[in-house]
Amino acid sequence: MHRPTAHHSNSAPIPIDIDPVIEFSDACVQLNGRTIWSDVSLTISTGEFAAILGPNGVGKSTLVNVALGTYDLHFGTAKVFGHKPGSHRQEIGYLPQRRSFDPSLRIRGIDIVTLGLNGHRWGVPIPRRLRHSGNSESESRVAEVIELVGATSYADRPIGQLSGGEQQRLLIAQSLVQRPRLLFLDEPLDSLDLPNQGSIAALIHHISTTEGVTVVMVAHDVNPILPYLDRVIYIGPGGALSGTPREVITTANLTRLFKTPIEVLTTSDGRLVVVGQPEAPAHHSDRHQHDGVHQDNHLPDPLVLREHRHH
Amino acid sequence: MNPLSKISELFSYHFMVNAYAAGTIVAVCAGAIGWFMVLRRQTFAGHTLAVIGFPGASAAVFLGLSVSTGYFVSCIGGAVIIGLLPRGTTGETRVAESAVIGTIQAFALAAGVLFVNLYQGFLNGVTSLLFGSFLGITNTQVVVLGAVCGLATVALAAIARPLLFASVDADVASARGVPVQSLSVAFLVLLGAAVAAASQITGSLLVFAVLVMPAAAAQRLTNNPRRSLVISIAIAVVITWLGLYAAYVSSYPVGFYLTSIGFVIYLLAIGSEYLRSHRPLRTSSIRAHR
Repeated sequence: MHRPTAHHSNSAPIPIDIDPVIEFSDACVQLNGRTIWSDVSLTISTGEFAAILGPNGVGKSTLVNVALGTYDLHFGTAKVFGHKPGSHRQEIGYLPQRRSFDPSLRIRGIDIVTLGLNGHRWGVPIPRRLRHSGNSESESRVAEVIELVGATSYADRPIGQLSGGEQQRLLIAQSLVQRPRLLFLDEPLDSLDLPNQGSIAALIHHISTTEGVTVVMVAHDVNPILPYLDRVIYIGPGGALSGTPREVITTANLTRLFKTPIEVLTTSDGRLVVVGQPEAPAHHSDRHQHDGVHQDNHLPDPLVLREHRHH
Repeated sequence: MNPLSKISELFSYHFMVNAYAAGTIVAVCAGAIGWFMVLRRQTFAGHTLAVIGFPGASAAVFLGLSVSTGYFVSCIGGAVIIGLLPRGTTGETRVAESAVIGTIQAFALAAGVLFVNLYQGFLNGVTSLLFGSFLGITNTQVVVLGAVCGLATVALAAIARPLLFASVDADVASARGVPVQSLSVAFLVLLGAAVAAASQITGSLLVFAVLVMPAAAAQRLTNNPRRSLVISIAIAVVITWLGLYAAYVSSYPVGFYLTSIGFVIYLLAIGSEYLRSHRPLRTSSIRAHR
C-alpha cells in the first residue's frame, strides 16, 4: 500500500547510484537569438552541495531551467540522472527565484507545502473521514517536513502575511516534501537579512546531509554558503568554470572569467579571500565544521570568501 | 403576511420551481468556479465574458434562437479566444492586454444594443438581459443549465488540485509537470460556462452577485482552501434562495436583491474577520501557535 519513496514518475525507476547526477558538456543556450552562455561543461555528483555563482543577469537561472527541462540547449548535451532533462520531474525539488505571495492571498503555509506533495495530481482526494484506514500518510509527511524547516508555529497562517524568512522556510519545505533526490534552489537567500541568510544556509546544508539530497543552489553572494560547498560553478562574461572551491577560486581563473582584475588571497589560517569582485556587501562568515560526509570532495579546510573593494 | 405560507404558495407556481431549480444549479457552479476566479485574480476576465454574453444573447433572440444558446455560445466562445490570446508576462503587455479587453467590452455592449434595436418589440427584454430575471425559465432551460453546470462542476473537481497549484505557484507547478498554460485555457472555458449560466438569472451585468461576492466573503472567513470553497458555494446558494424569495414577494428586480444580499454577506464577512484579528488571544493566534 505504501511505497517507501515517492516515485510517481511514469518513466522507469532510475538506479540509485547514477553518478554524476548532473552532467553538461559543451552546453550552449540561446534565447531569442542571443547567446546566454556557451561552452559550459560541469558535473555534479550524488550528495554534493553545489553553487552556481556569478553576477546578476549572467544566466544562472537559465542553467537551472535547462536542468529542469524548461529550456532546451542550442548545442552540447545536458543530462540529469543520466537522462534528458525533464524526464524525472518527481525526483526533483525546485525553489524558483524569490517570489513573494500577495498579502491578501488566503492560502495557509501548510497548503503551499501540501501542494508540493500532491498538487500535480488530478481528481478529488477522498476526505480522511470517509476513508476506512484513516490514512494520513501525506499529512504526517507534510507535518514532518514543516518541522524540519522549523515552521510549525506559523504554518497555519496565510502565507502572504509571513515574513520573507518564514515564507522561504515554508517554500523549502514545499520543495522537499516529496522526498526529491535533487534540489534546485534559485537565489534562496536573496532579499533575506544576514541572520536569516546564515540560518537558511545552515538549514539547507543540514537537509543535504540528513536527507541525502543533492543540492544545487544559485547565488550571487557566496559568503553565507561557502563553508558548506563541495562544488562551485562560476559563470561570467568570459565563460564558465566548474570544480571544487579551491580549484576554481584562483586569481587567474576569476580574472579571466570576469574580465576584470581579481585577486584571490590566502590568509595565514588558510582561508580564501577574493579581492576586487564588484559584488554584494562584505561580511564575515563564522567558520563551520565541515563534517566530511561527502568523501570524494572532502575539503581540506573550510573556506571563507571575503570581498573587499580593490584599492 | 406569514412567510411560511408565502413559501408554500411560491412553490405552487411552476415558474418559481423552475427559478429555484435553475438558481440552485447556477449558484453551486458559480460559487465554485467564482472561488477560483477570485483566487486567480481573473475578475476582469469574468466581467469581460459577461459583457460578451449580452450581444450573444440579444443576437440569439434576433436570430430566433434561445437566449440560453446565445449566452453559452458567446461566453464559451469568448473564453476560448481570450484563452488563446498570446500572453506576456511583463507588466507592459498586461496593460496593453487590459486595454484590448476594455475596447472589446465597449464594442460588445454596443453590439448588444444594436441587436436589441434590430429586433423590434424586444426592447423590454434589455433590462432582463442586463439585470436579470427569474420569470419564464423553461423546463428545457433548467435541463440545459443542469447539464452544462453539472459538466463544468465535475470538470472543475477533476482539475481542482493542479489548478490551485498553478494558481498560487505557477513556476513550481510547471516544474512539477502541471500543464499550467492548458489549465489556464481550460479554466477560462469553465468560467465562460459559469458566466453564461449565471447571466440567465442575474443578467449580464450582475453576474458577480454569485461569481465574486460569495468567494470574496468565503476567503475572508477562513484560510483553509477546501473549507472556503465549500462556504463559497453555500453563500452563493443562500444568496440565490433569499434573492428569489425577496423578488417574488416584492415588486423589485431579482438582480437587485441578489446583489444586495451578497453585499451584506460580504460586509458581515469583513466584520467577522476584523473581530477575529482584533481578539488574537482568543482565536487565531492560539490556533496558529499550536
